[in-house]
Amino acid sequence: MFDHNSSLPPLPGVGYKPQHFAQIMEDAGPVGWLEIHAENYMGDGGRPIAQLRALAERFPISVHGVGLSIGGETRLDPDHLARLKHLVGWLSPASFSEHLAWSTHDAHFLNDLLPLPYTDATLQRVADHIDEVQEVLGRRMLLENPSSYLAFAESTWSETDFLAELVKRTGCGLLLDVNNVFVSATNLGYAPQGYIDAFPIDAVGEIHLGGHDEDEDDHGLPLLIDSHGREVADPVWALLEHTLQRTGPRPLLIEWDTDVPEWPVLADEARRADKALARVAA
Amino acid sequence: MTSQAAFRTALLDAAQPVPPGLTDGKGRPAGRRYAVYRNNVAVSLREALATGFPAVEKLIGAENFAHVAGVFLRSAPPVSPLMMHYGAGFPEFLAGFKALGHIQYLAEVARLELALRRSYHAADAPVADPAILQSLDEEALMAAHMTLAPAVEVVRSPWPLWSIYTFTMTPGAPKPEARTEDVIILRAEFDPEPHLLPAGGAAFITALSNGAPFGEAVDAAGDAFDLGATLSLLLQGGAITDISIQRTDP
Repeated sequence: MFDHNSSLPPLPGVGYKPQHFAQIMEDAGPVGWLEIHAENYMGDGGRPIAQLRALAERFPISVHGVGLSIGGETRLDPDHLARLKHLVGWLSPASFSEHLAWSTHDAHFLNDLLPLPYTDATLQRVADHIDEVQEVLGRRMLLENPSSYLAFAESTWSETDFLAELVKRTGCGLLLDVNNVFVSATNLGYAPQGYIDAFPIDAVGEIHLGGHDEDEDDHGLPLLIDSHGREVADPVWALLEHTLQRTGPRPLLIEWDTDVPEWPVLADEARRADKALARVAA
Repeated sequence: MTSQAAFRTALLDAAQPVPPGLTDGKGRPAGRRYAVYRNNVAVSLREALATGFPAVEKLIGAENFAHVAGVFLRSAPPVSPLMMHYGAGFPEFLAGFKALGHIQYLAEVARLELALRRSYHAADAPVADPAILQSLDEEALMAAHMTLAPAVEVVRSPWPLWSIYTFTMTPGAPKPEARTEDVIILRAEFDPEPHLLPAGGAAFITALSNGAPFGEAVDAAGDAFDLGATLSLLLQGGAITDISIQRTDP
């Protein structure tokens, strides 16, 4: 029904930050594609749109939505879907992705990716919403696994089975965030390698890496926060190696959204991603 | 079952207990794990407000700003996933915030910062050739209609708003004098700049935006109007995107 997975190249990409525009245009180093947050490019014009047009002439672009609330209990916001359709329409990006999460309730947008119970009812609702998105956009979308800080007593599905069932029902692809896997596994007390081994790997159209912060819960157990504010942690790089063994080379994104560093620091992370990809391609 | 309504209500109200049915993965109550979401929501919205209202933050200090923003975000969470629009109600909120009542111009500064943000994201439009103006005889000029760029914003104020903003944001800028000031925001390329409008300028531009021909707009601007200064400001800022001459039969 839709194009397979995504047309992003199996190279390192970075989350685009406007302060890096000039350096990226001059020499992007190992970076072969860029990801933008859809909602930041929904204004009428000005610098954001002009920069995006210029970047899109040089790089494949991945549009990553953070505001659709695909897991919301109520129907998807038709205005927001229309804005996405407009953006995807003029930009023709290589990929569109969103999150297994919710962020809007009662018309209030909470600006965070909030968690879902994995039940039959949630599955049906999320599948319906993915169908609607793919219908409106006329393309296959990728759905990203969340980072979890807690679990729902009512859940009856494992996250990996839940995602596999969504792929089966909707034909969507998946965005596998390896840092999210590490964060969730640490926070909820399971083995991250086991999660990767159970993941519906054929559906993976893109991989994310990002940095996390360390905290503790009420019992002194580690509580990792998916902050995207620093370098990717070493155990996450190790988990990436394990993941790439299963997936082979895939589009591999470095996310750095808070305390954004100077371009050379981000480019170094992309270089490390490039080496990981080269090892698995060899 | 943990409904999203219950999850959302407790997110914005730390006095509420953590919703039932949330665990740590081993079946124990989620406890402060839930607070991660509370913190994410509050911090991200507060930072969005600080990014959107830097002059307000400077005027009252980071600590006060964090407090005021915290109260605002709980009473008025975003109504759209477009964070570029968040805070539209902030000026009105500040105007009614009693603890800051002694800084009466604070809401005015917030209004100006909102207008700067609207201008930043406004649609692009090619600038009209200014030579057209010189080519018109007086009668044609008085009858001409002008279209202003979508990025142009006018903020009229009973305070010395432009001086207060400039004094706050630009080191070494002169202290504001007690007077009223109207501000025009012009975006020559991508960066919106606030400019002080000459006398009558705001009335002139408002009339033009409402579709009045040039002559009528000049009349609306009053006796003290400085046409030359206002026009050169508009031309320098690339504010005029179309000049149309509609000759009507007498």
